[in-house]
Amino acid sequence: MINDVSISYLIFLMPLLTFVVNGLFLGKRSAKGAAAFAIVCNGIAMVSALLLAVSYFTSGYAPQKAILFELPFLKFAETFAANIGLLVDPLSIMMLVVVTFIAFLVNIYSVGYMRGDRAEGRFFALLSLFSFSMLGLVAATNLFQMFIFWELVGVSSYLLIGFWYHKPSAVSASKQAFILTRFADSFFLLGIVIVSFVVQSFDFEKINALTLSAFQSQTIDLGFMVMTKAEALVLGGVLIFTGGWGKSAMFPMHIWLPNAMEGPTPVSSIIHSATMVVAGVYLVARLFPFFALSGSTMNLIMVVGAFTMVFAAVIACTQKDIKRILAYSTLSQLGYMMFSLGACRMGDVVVTTGWTASTYHIFTHAFFKCSLFLIAGSLIHQVHTNDLDAMGGLRKKMPLTYVCALISILAISGIPPFSGFFSKDEIILTAFQGHHYVVFGLALLTSGLTTFYMFRLFFLAFHGAPRSESVKAGHVHEDFFMTLPIAILAVPALASGFAAKGLFEEFFVPGKLNVPQLVQLAEAHWIPYVAVAIAVVALLIAWVLYASPKAKVERALDDINRGSVYKVIYHKFYFDEMYYAVVRQFVIGGIARAARFIQDYIIEGILAFVVWFVHTLGSLVRRAQSGNLTFYLGTLVVGVLLWRFFGQLPF
Amino acid sequence: MDTLLFNLIWLIPLLTVLVCVPIPGTKAKLIKGIHAFSGTFVLALVGYLTYRVYALSGTPIDDKAAPLFLRFFTDIPWINSLNAHYIVGADGLNMFLLLLTAVIVWGGILVSWEIKGNQKVFFALIQMLATSVYGVFMSMDLVLFFVFYEMEALCMYLMIAGYGSGRKDYGGKKLTLTLAFGSSMILATLFGLYFESGSTSWSLVELSKITLPTSFQMWAFPLMFMGFAVSSSLFPFHFWSPDGHASAPTAVSMLAAGVMMKMGAYGCLRVAMFLMPEAAKVWLPYVVALLIFNVVLGPFIALRHKDLKYITAYSSISHLGLIFLGLAAITPVGLRGASLQMISHGFLTGLFFATIGMIYERTHTRDITEMGGIMRKVPFLGVGFAIAGFAGLGLPGFSGFVAESNIFIGAFAQDSTLTRVVTILAILSITTTAVYILQTANRMLHGNMPAKYETLTDANLREKIVVVVLVLCLLLIGIFPGWIADMLDQSIAPIFAKLAAAQAPVIGG
Repeated sequence: MINDVSISYLIFLMPLLTFVVNGLFLGKRSAKGAAAFAIVCNGIAMVSALLLAVSYFTSGYAPQKAILFELPFLKFAETFAANIGLLVDPLSIMMLVVVTFIAFLVNIYSVGYMRGDRAEGRFFALLSLFSFSMLGLVAATNLFQMFIFWELVGVSSYLLIGFWYHKPSAVSASKQAFILTRFADSFFLLGIVIVSFVVQSFDFEKINALTLSAFQSQTIDLGFMVMTKAEALVLGGVLIFTGGWGKSAMFPMHIWLPNAMEGPTPVSSIIHSATMVVAGVYLVARLFPFFALSGSTMNLIMVVGAFTMVFAAVIACTQKDIKRILAYSTLSQLGYMMFSLGACRMGDVVVTTGWTASTYHIFTHAFFKCSLFLIAGSLIHQVHTNDLDAMGGLRKKMPLTYVCALISILAISGIPPFSGFFSKDEIILTAFQGHHYVVFGLALLTSGLTTFYMFRLFFLAFHGAPRSESVKAGHVHEDFFMTLPIAILAVPALASGFAAKGLFEEFFVPGKLNVPQLVQLAEAHWIPYVAVAIAVVALLIAWVLYASPKAKVERALDDINRGSVYKVIYHKFYFDEMYYAVVRQFVIGGIARAARFIQDYIIEGILAFVVWFVHTLGSLVRRAQSGNLTFYLGTLVVGVLLWRFFGQLPF
Repeated sequence: MDTLLFNLIWLIPLLTVLVCVPIPGTKAKLIKGIHAFSGTFVLALVGYLTYRVYALSGTPIDDKAAPLFLRFFTDIPWINSLNAHYIVGADGLNMFLLLLTAVIVWGGILVSWEIKGNQKVFFALIQMLATSVYGVFMSMDLVLFFVFYEMEALCMYLMIAGYGSGRKDYGGKKLTLTLAFGSSMILATLFGLYFESGSTSWSLVELSKITLPTSFQMWAFPLMFMGFAVSSSLFPFHFWSPDGHASAPTAVSMLAAGVMMKMGAYGCLRVAMFLMPEAAKVWLPYVVALLIFNVVLGPFIALRHKDLKYITAYSSISHLGLIFLGLAAITPVGLRGASLQMISHGFLTGLFFATIGMIYERTHTRDITEMGGIMRKVPFLGVGFAIAGFAGLGLPGFSGFVAESNIFIGAFAQDSTLTRVVTILAILSITTTAVYILQTANRMLHGNMPAKYETLTDANLREKIVVVVLVLCLLLIGIFPGWIADMLDQSIAPIFAKLAAAQAPVIGG
């Protein structure tokens, strides 16, 4: 089907080459050279990915899966091996295109954003390390490869969040992000070990083709409990999902993502909104037939996703840091994608519309959210703060940015014909068709909240009177390198919805499912109208509150004289503090302290006792060897006498 | 020819010492030059021989060495009254351990270039230590093995007590006495083994053909296994290692943690498990209970320490615990994982201690709370330490991940309840490892820098070479594990075959 495999190598080799060359040689010598090299290489990767996509979708082979190449990595048994390869199917191709496209644009953007930074070269190296890892993750043919690159994206995220390592807040945010995702990954790894032990394979193809009934009769002893292998597979599935749970920052493991905004903004835009954080959703989508085996797993996925969706949207309504608002909005959108996958199951029947909707939303979300972050970066670069307090009135100074922001915000709000409308509508429809009415209601509500907080951001940043000196003084301008990618991204943010609708409906179906799919889906043509109506109402509320002539902007930005509910939301329900307390008090102050106590006092104490015992014994015997002849003679005489009078001595 | 070269491996360090004897200690440069040359030469030699073993794989081996898969087999009578022979041979397992030793010794010589004190004696001791470690890994005769095994602890003591820092006398004594305690257990069981077998040879090859009486194995195996495990710091005999490492000079820490601690695990696999497979099957599922301390609590203890060397020592304890998890799995994948972990951890901890030593030379403190932000001043060393950290927390791309995944997958296949529990706990504690490593790296390298470190200088060429080579070794195994795994599989096969064939006696029967 695809004749030229070599082009697909380029997709991966180019970012890797950039990382090696920039990291080892070019980065230190010439920041400009490093940037140019990164842009060229990522451009080549993007073109290769596009060519691959075109040849795949036009070959007539789609939507079948194929392994384009596979290199042996490690063999555990004859048929039980971990390889590194490239799996092509519509999902992975879509992700390859999205990742390379966004990586390319973000590299261009970074030329402007990172200009003059002390470690510009290192930045471009690390950014390419991330692209490489993310591409490897997307291309994974098996769980093992996925885990390898899963960890690598984690570490590149760590290195990039903590890029400005002299800033303590950035350092602690990077540590938190890595440790929290690592915590989730330990369960992921355990899940892989359990599933691969039962299936004796890592391959997605085999795992997705499983049926539980084959494992019903065998049992497995997991140490903590004995269960059938079928149950172990379900447990393994939940554990694997936990990996995605952490990576996609679903509640309650969400706190690292808003804190990760400490990193440079290009990083937030590519890693923490458009690509890496959807890895969790991607994982569930990739293993969808496997997760769909169990209704409870699906319900878990749905509940986790839906809760995160609402929870994050509520917090986003009160924040003042524009990057954090966007971060919570990312969480909320990830919640949409996640619950959409989980909502696919009704009783014993699996419907696949949710899968299509979720992948569709990954696609559209990547563009408009990346664009929003880049816009935020532009604003921050001009006013030198993340805070909405210091913005306002930027419309006149940054007209192009203003228009692009409006497009992306309309897209995320789900207003037709912008891209977000199409995918979000499908997701809401899935919830309705799956008879998950509570989630359906929440999704509609969140759609309104999304519009509200996005327009709150929009009005407060661009409209009204300027609130900072630099804007008033007119030091604000649009940087070419930073505005170009924003302008380019406005096109897919506007058009990727209706342009790709046909593609998604035709090709985007999950792999073979073992569940009968005969189901009459309820048609609901009224849903889009309701959703749009809610969005428009929310928009109007936002306008009245923040942009109408009567709006009290001072009041809107006041976070001190507020009611207790507002304060709780503003402080993100105090989850950061809770985590801090648990880690400080329980892990470091509790377990670790106890462990150290055992080591320092109990083990060393026993050791000291042994040493003391030997010493004492030695000193007892030493007295006999005093060198005093009288003593020797005396004991000799006493001994002989004893022997003479008592006959046999006991020894 | 290759066989002759192979026998030179342990001889060259000894000859180097002899060559240096007549040179007066004042000509330190010349002496160091000779030692560096000898270290490099041995490294090249071992590298070449490893390649030879790789190239020869698949060709038939010497019949005398069967069932082991040994190349370069040499058998010369040595002490006739004891029936002790000089027997050496190489398979994938010990060849890689020799390579690891050669790299660490070479690195150790280079990093102790500026060591204070009598340099002539120090380098002589390093070479003696190298001889003994090479000897342990090469020898296939138990008497020879034991002689080399004993030699190493003595060199270690002299180096720590003479050149160490802090509580060096205490640390050195603790280390040596604990190791001697382990050796005494080994010695006792070695004699028992020899007489019980009724054999007239101490050769591993000959002894492996004999099935020892089960009643003997049942008491001898735990004794010998624990004897060996002492030097691999298995709980409850791990206490020597933090104090020992902390007071040792850099090169000695590298050698002790990187190489010497592998000798114990190697002995467990090659001698104890190989010769007493029946008892191994009974006892090993219980040994894993000890690992809860090593693997689960070890990282937590590291979390509460502030001294870099203590942190690394506890990290070693937890990583070495994983070796035993692999051994206790008694599956081919588990054994392979254990051997990979021995090799991988050697490079890893070598890199750890090397960078720590270099940083210590500059900051004169190992307390992480007193450091901060030094990444800006010593980027090369900082990156080196960070790489060691990432390799230590099992990041894919470095060797640690390959070894750990083998161990986890191998150990999970072992069907005993206790092993499953410990395996699950071990997998979950990868988070704790990440916590202490990141905490250490962040405190030391990132954040605000105290003003007194403004004058720090980055690594010089000599130090850079050492770091780069160690990093390359980690990457090489991590990215291309296939060939090394194949070679290890070959040499583990006979050991596993014996374990698989063994009928575990019914306890109490």
